[in-house]
Amino acid sequence: MSAAAKAAGVQSPLSEFWRRFRRKRIPLVAGGAILLIILAAVFAPWIAPFDPAAPDYENVLAGPSLLHLAGTDVFGRDIFSRIIWGGRVSLSVGFVSVFLGGFAGVALGLVSGFFGGWVDTAAMRFCDVLLAFPGILLAIAVVAVLGPGISNVIYAIAVFSMPVFARLVRGSTLGLKQTVYVQASRSIGVRRFPLVMRHILPGTLPGVIVYLSLRVGTSILTAAALSFIGLGAQPPSAEWGAMLADGRSYLGVADHLTLFPGIAIFVTVLAFNLLGDGLRDALDQKLRT
Amino acid sequence: MLVFLIRRLVGTVPVLVAVSIFVFGFVRLLPGDPARLVAGPDATAQDVAAVRIELGLDGPLLQQYVRYMGQTLRGELGRSAKTRQPVAHEIGARFMPTLWLTVAAMAWALAFGLLVGVISGVRRGRWQDHAGMVMAISGISFPSFWLGLLLIDLFSVRLGWLPTGGYGDWTHFVLPSITLGAGVAAVLARFTRSAFVEVSAEDYVRTARAKGVPERMVVWKHTLRNALIPVVTMTGLQFGFLLGGSIVVETVFSWPGLGRLLIDSVSFRDYPVIQAEILLFSLEFVLINLIVDVLYAFVNPEIRLK
Repeated sequence: MSAAAKAAGVQSPLSEFWRRFRRKRIPLVAGGAILLIILAAVFAPWIAPFDPAAPDYENVLAGPSLLHLAGTDVFGRDIFSRIIWGGRVSLSVGFVSVFLGGFAGVALGLVSGFFGGWVDTAAMRFCDVLLAFPGILLAIAVVAVLGPGISNVIYAIAVFSMPVFARLVRGSTLGLKQTVYVQASRSIGVRRFPLVMRHILPGTLPGVIVYLSLRVGTSILTAAALSFIGLGAQPPSAEWGAMLADGRSYLGVADHLTLFPGIAIFVTVLAFNLLGDGLRDALDQKLRT
Repeated sequence: MLVFLIRRLVGTVPVLVAVSIFVFGFVRLLPGDPARLVAGPDATAQDVAAVRIELGLDGPLLQQYVRYMGQTLRGELGRSAKTRQPVAHEIGARFMPTLWLTVAAMAWALAFGLLVGVISGVRRGRWQDHAGMVMAISGISFPSFWLGLLLIDLFSVRLGWLPTGGYGDWTHFVLPSITLGAGVAAVLARFTRSAFVEVSAEDYVRTARAKGVPERMVVWKHTLRNALIPVVTMTGLQFGFLLGGSIVVETVFSWPGLGRLLIDSVSFRDYPVIQAEILLFSLEFVLINLIVDVLYAFVNPEIRLK
């Protein structure tokens, strides 16, 4: 800490985080890009120049032009508009699934780390088994049970995001349990629930936030992959992975069909990964890899 | 070492039991009656009953499980609902293509990932490091199916150098293995770099430098050898990732492997095949984890003494 900061007294964690976070340009740019993508998805009806589902048989497989920025597909639908609408699907899958899995994982990790004993053993063995499957395989298994479709993909991704958070939070809970302030609160008789919620949970959050960002990227990628192989979003839904699958047959004939949805997935996932890396550097030095 | 090996082997038993219960429970968790789904909408009550017996869905649950385990251990996996062939036969034919694809992808991913990781670690903060890490973060974020399509577009459709897909001689392997390995190469590059940087800060590296060991020796002997220990674990875990990734890549390249079989059976609701495939994938994954742990104990004595 600089002399000036010391003179100003103890800084709030948030301003300390912001000071460290904004030093690096790349995570800031990534965060800005994510904000733009989110805004574009939220305001899709106003931003998208065309109806994403409206066919135009006069303009089939047209290349990029001023009218159709990313060209049109087999049905003459505007690809740029479809990508903007598709952002709604990809982002909601990414956020909802990771927040569901994160919420369950944090709860399990807190309980597991705080109570220890057989609860801990059982919870961690359960996580081991879940982690023993490659994520996409687990997702396919869940989709095989529940049937294809985007909402089932959300559950599937939530299931395999859960153990990641559980392990992370359990680890930091074990450490926090030994800190002086937690021991002190215990000794003055703070009840278990407030103790966990007020004194332990906040301490686990930096790691959780970093993983939320990183996992959203992974989830968007997995969801797009599942849609690409036909198990996720079903046509005519404008989902990026499904759009790529649609454009497959026109490789070499109309490359813009696969090019622009591909860029959309790549840029979004890259932005979440870069943001996650930046958050990790700013929030928690120990998490650095 | 022997004690460690035995303890580790015993440790896999609960995981195997959990996996078997998961796979067993899978068909039974299906909403609706799986026997009715497999038999089709026009089937008579007798047909449905026959299918129920064939799928092993009759009798009490515990009895079903015992029967299922007995059959599985004897290698009887039932018949495919689609082709009526024994499932073991279907899977057997698809096993080698997937295995070879995975091995080819891992081979280049490992070589390339380690190389980039070490160069980035040695040249930390310089342009080589930045270039390597930009490649790595891009590789992690790149959708493999899009990479596959781009490669097909360039090398098969436009240049005509390589086949667009299918299984055959080495030319068929080039594009799918690059596609499958790219993500793993990126993960390994990042991981190797960070392990390398971490070891570089160790006292013994500084001591080696201080006593005048040539830089090349410091890098190769003192830093790299120690940095590779965690990389071994990571590489093993990435094999599992490759198994998952192969499902997508096989779809892109029409590869006659396990992954495509799985997708086909999910779309066709071919439960005996799905069940057997999930079991097989899980077993492979448990086996990989076992090998990784043993290998890890082998390179790092601290672990096996614990």
